[in-house]
This record gives sequence, C-alpha cells and structure tokens, in this order.
Amino acid sequence: MKYLTEFRDGELARKLVAEIRSAVTRSWAIMEVCGGQTHSIIRNGIDQLLPPEVELVHGPGCPVCVTPVELIDKAHAIAAAPGVIFCSFGDMLRVPGTAGDLFQVKGRGGDVRVVYSPLDAVKLARENPTREVVFFGIGFETTAPANAMAVVQAQRLGLSNFSVLVSHVLVPPAIEAILGSPANRVQAFLAAGHVCCVMGYHQYPALAERFRVPIVVTGFEPLDLLDGIRRAVLQLEAGTATVENAYPRVVTFEGNRPAQAVLADVFEETDRAWRGIGVIPRSGWRLRAAYRAFDAEARFDVSGIRSVEPAACRSGEVLRGTLKPHQCAAFGKECTPRAPLGATMVSSEGACAAYYNYGRLVDLGTGRIGSAGAVACPA
Amino acid sequence: MSGVNPDNWTCPLPLRDYPNVVLGHGGGGKLSAELVEHLFLPAFRNDALAALGDAAIVPPVAGRLALTTDCYVVRPLFFPGGCIGDLAVNGTVNDLAVSGARPLYLTAGFILEEGLPLAALGDIVARMAAAARAAGVAIVTGDTKVVERGHGDGCFVTTAGVGAVPDGLTLGPERARPGDAVVVSGAIGNHGIAIMSVREGLEFETIIASDTAPLNGLVNEMLAACPNVRVMRDPTRGGVAATLNEIAGRSKVGIEIDEACLPIDPQVWAACELLGLDPLMVANEGKLVAVVPPSDADRLVAAMREHPFGARAAVIGTVSDQHAGMVVARTAVGGRRVVTLPVGEQLPRIC
Repeated sequence: MKYLTEFRDGELARKLVAEIRSAVTRSWAIMEVCGGQTHSIIRNGIDQLLPPEVELVHGPGCPVCVTPVELIDKAHAIAAAPGVIFCSFGDMLRVPGTAGDLFQVKGRGGDVRVVYSPLDAVKLARENPTREVVFFGIGFETTAPANAMAVVQAQRLGLSNFSVLVSHVLVPPAIEAILGSPANRVQAFLAAGHVCCVMGYHQYPALAERFRVPIVVTGFEPLDLLDGIRRAVLQLEAGTATVENAYPRVVTFEGNRPAQAVLADVFEETDRAWRGIGVIPRSGWRLRAAYRAFDAEARFDVSGIRSVEPAACRSGEVLRGTLKPHQCAAFGKECTPRAPLGATMVSSEGACAAYYNYGRLVDLGTGRIGSAGAVACPA
Repeated sequence: MSGVNPDNWTCPLPLRDYPNVVLGHGGGGKLSAELVEHLFLPAFRNDALAALGDAAIVPPVAGRLALTTDCYVVRPLFFPGGCIGDLAVNGTVNDLAVSGARPLYLTAGFILEEGLPLAALGDIVARMAAAARAAGVAIVTGDTKVVERGHGDGCFVTTAGVGAVPDGLTLGPERARPGDAVVVSGAIGNHGIAIMSVREGLEFETIIASDTAPLNGLVNEMLAACPNVRVMRDPTRGGVAATLNEIAGRSKVGIEIDEACLPIDPQVWAACELLGLDPLMVANEGKLVAVVPPSDADRLVAAMREHPFGARAAVIGTVSDQHAGMVVARTAVGGRRVVTLPVGEQLPRIC
C-alpha cells in the first residue's frame, strides 16, 4: 500500500540500522517526545534493532496520560450530571480518575459518547437543543485546531448548549522543562511530526541552541523513526546541536498558518498541570475571554472535587523519562491494562501500555528481546 | 433495504394495519400468530417448523451432537455486506462448522423493539432464510418477544444450532503442537471495519463490506483434503489475535506469526491505520483460523484456495515451543512484538 509499505521496507530498515551501528562510538539517550512514536517503536520492535549504546527514552507526549486527575474527575462529574451529553475521543474512556473511568460513569447512566471529531459534538448540540453537550477537549497542538474550530463553529451557530472542557498542552514548554530538570539525561529529541505539521518547527532552533541538544522532527512509520534516530546519533557523535526536519513530506518550517490563526483566535497560553509532572508554566491553552461562554468548567460547578492519585503509580517518572515502564515495581503486577494505576497503562499512546501490550518478551535485565528463535515467514 | 414488502403478504389484515412492530406482536394472541403465519413460516418453510409444536421434532442423526447458541446485537441492523439476520445464521453455522460438525438445524429467537418497521423485520427474516438455504440448514423453531420502545435496539436475534460431528473427528483449541502451521482463510478485519464505518458515519474512499458467510462448505473441503487438521476457530469478536491467544493458552504453546503474511485488504488496512486499530483485533464473520501439522499445510491451503470463501487462504505463522501461552509477531522491519488482547473494545486514538 502506497504511503504505508514504502515506509516499512525491511531492506531499507536494515540499511538505516547498519548506519546507526557504524556511527555509534558511545552511549546516547534519545527521547521520542510523542506517545504515538513510542507505540510505533515498541510495536515494530525498533528498539530491538538498535545497538545497545542507543537508548530510547519515552517522553511525555501522550495527551491522555498527562491530563491531570483533577480534570478527569471534573469530566466525570459533568458527564454524570442530568441532561448532559458528554463527548470524548475514545482514548479517554478508560483513563482512571479518583473513582473509576468514564465507562463506569456511562454504566451508571451518564450519556457518554465517543466522537471522532469535535465537530460531531457541535452537531449533537444542534440536534439536542434541550441537552447540554460537553466536549472533552484534550490534546497537544495536533488536536487543538479542530477543537478551536468547533468553538468557532458553535459561536457562529449561536449554540448556547455547547461547551468544551479544555485541557490542551504544548510540547515546547515540556521539552524545556525536561531539559531544565537536574535529573535530565536526555541528549537529543525526536520531535513529534504531527505537532510540527501544525506548528512548524520555528520554535525549536532556540531550544536546540540554548540547551545544546539536537532536535530531529520525526514521523511515525518505522523508517521515519529509524531515520530520525540515525540523524540524532550522527549529530551527537559529531557534537552538533541543530534542528533537522526528517519529515519534510508533512512538515514545513512555518507549519500550518490557517490552523495557527484559529488557535491564536480561540486560545491563549496558560500555566497547566501535567499528570505526574506538576505545573509547567505557560504549557497549556485556555479559551480566550471572547469564547469563555464555551468553557465547561465555568458552566458547571465542579470546583469542589477532591482528587487522589494512587500512591504506587510512578507514571510521572515514566513521563519525565527517568524511569522505564518495566522498571516500575507495579508494572504487570498491581498495574495492568485491566487494573491500571495510571493513565500511561491505559492510553493507546501510553508508554506503559506499549511495553505491556507489545514488549513483554523484552528481558528486563538486558532490555533485549528475551525469547530465542526467529519467526520464519512461510511461503 | 430490499425483500419483503408487507403489502404483498398473503393475509392483508390486520398486518397492514400495523406497519411497525407493536407490543401485541409479542403477546401470544392473534397478532403474534399472524406474524408467525405470514412472516416466519413462508420465509423459513420446512416440515419441522410447519408443525408449530412446542418443540421441533427432527429425525435422529448419525454421529455426536454439537450444540451452540449465540446472541446477535448489531447496530445498525443493516450494513454493507449483510444484516443482523444473515449474521445470526452464518455465525451459528460457523460455530458448528469449525467444531467439525455438519450444521443441521437452527432455532431463532427475536427480541423486537416496539416501533421496528415490519418491512425491516421482513427483510431480516428473508435474509436469514436465504442464508440458511445457502448453508444447507433448516430453521425449525423460534420465539418472538416485543419490548417497549426505548428498551431494545430495534431487533436482537438469538440463534441456537444443532449439528453432527462424524465419528473419529476431534478438533479443539487444546490440540496445537510445536511445529504446526497456522492458517487463515482470507483477508481479516472486514466485518469490524464495515460496521464501524456505518455506525460512526466514517467515510472511506471505497465501501468496506462485511465478510459474513457460511463456512461449512469450506470446512468440508478442508477436512476432505486434510483430515489431520488439529484446530479450527472462527475469529469473530477479538479478531485473529483473540483466537490465536486462546489456542496458545489452551494448548500451552507459543504462536509466532509474520505480519507480512497476513492477508489484509488495503482499504481495511488504511482504515485501521487511520483509527489506530490493530487489524488482528478487528472482528470477522466469514473467516477461520486453522492449525495443521506442517506436512499438511501446503495441501490444506491449496484445497482452501479452491473454495470461494478460502481463495486468499495463507499460512501466517507457526506453533512454537517458546513463550508458551503467548502470541508473537514478526514486524515488517524485522522486530518482534507480543500480540495481546485489548481489555475491552479497541478504542480509536486521539491523534
């Protein structure tokens, strides 16, 4: 299939791996920022192909994982309120709040619906004028433009029964927070290609220069990731720290200007709490005053909720790149996708879920594939 | 929809007075009787059903009896490639067939929601009858209940099936052995993506149709060519991943598959990529997975490819003595991953 098979070519993958192997002279820690990249790495077994010197560190780029438990609890309270149709992307339904997940809210009678686009939620609001329709607007810069457009659309339509529970987070402040942490050990970044598709990568050269860290804009297919890793390794070995675009078929320096314009119209920067990490200054978006009428937090009284994080969950360390999922004592024991302690075990982009679902053959001691024997492709 | 038009039914009254299902159609009175007489009997036409006894009386059968039952809830009731009716027949036929049984008789239970158009029910029943004819089974008894509007999803169907297993034939998920070949009968994931496309209003460049089909004919060909087949399962909910995990667990073996060998239609693959779904976990309704001794694999696949429902049969992997209970896939770029099961339904990703 065009655009899929050509980025999964085994022969080209072997060449890229050989180039990485021949370039490496010492150990390097490279962070893939995005959870989608983490899943592609683990699902395709890319980490197993790399030389032991190259360590991939999983970053905080999973919007589901970093949504603070307080906000999830607010979502649950709103979804349980009478007369509400609560719309969410599918990923959020199994994320645990203090007292269960959205599936349980739905099971108790809440009208919780999975939508594929925030504009579907706007449509629901038009079709149900006597109900309050609330959209759970989470995500990085990738999903934010569509969510912003939904707000604009609702205003144009004069909808008074539509609102958004906003929890948008931004990548560059997160990278800055990781690099500024005393515990940081990340030496290069694979920047998330779809975020850069919207925002461009003009925000990154200053970061690369200030922290002396190579940043490679990288896609999600196996060859994209191997090429991103190769470029990062070559820069690290050469002692350079620049921004490279390894995803030019999608990403430009400027990004998507119309999308940026609607974002600037609807949102303004705000300090934002990240689950497991804490508040990162100016790392999120909230609705501007002109659109405050569409703010679900203002429309529903959800201020008095007490939230509790499970004490055993170390997902914050996983999200900061200081702990690998399988290094957590609860991994695969008290914490599984069936009984998750934290969002990283639930989300389709969560690092713990990737390790649990795809990577259980990995030897916990060596980090290498544990089971002997090749899988032969029968004729 | 096509098929039955209530205007053409043999008895014009009082069915014509009720274009939609009403509570009385499940009340056991005249309306119920007329539904049976003018809708179910003409469609399913067979002697055992025509007797209208409290139980269907059928002749004795040779071999061991196989019994199965399954409930069908699908929204929407009609979807590209099929409807709840043919799904209910094919699903139960296939459960019998992959158990090694020759499907003989089905029962059909209907839970109808008040307000369901009778034309839709007529169409569902007509398609059930056609599916039963295609599979060579008879629907010999049934039941109808009606629930109030808002208490159902239009129509739920439950089918039970009876079949006969020839002496000497034993299939089962506990019979896989290291070295065996793992075979799939054709392209996977079509049914689940077809349902999702119409349920969620997703539009793809081409219409993806369900693969719902009766597999008893294919199974006959397979067993004729290769009596040593050890396992057959139809990978419905949970997809091929669930079936392989069940076999690995019950047989206490590992299973290793190669993703490059999986038959997947390009449009299904593209839809899965778009939504973040794993085609191995998407439901099928007209496919089977078989495990066979390695020396028989080529002969089995060749026989399957002679049948229309096995035209794209392929060996997708082998049974291993490594990692017992676990399914592992070799990826396109040469890595390996565990093929596990989602906790519940697969959920489309955010971005």
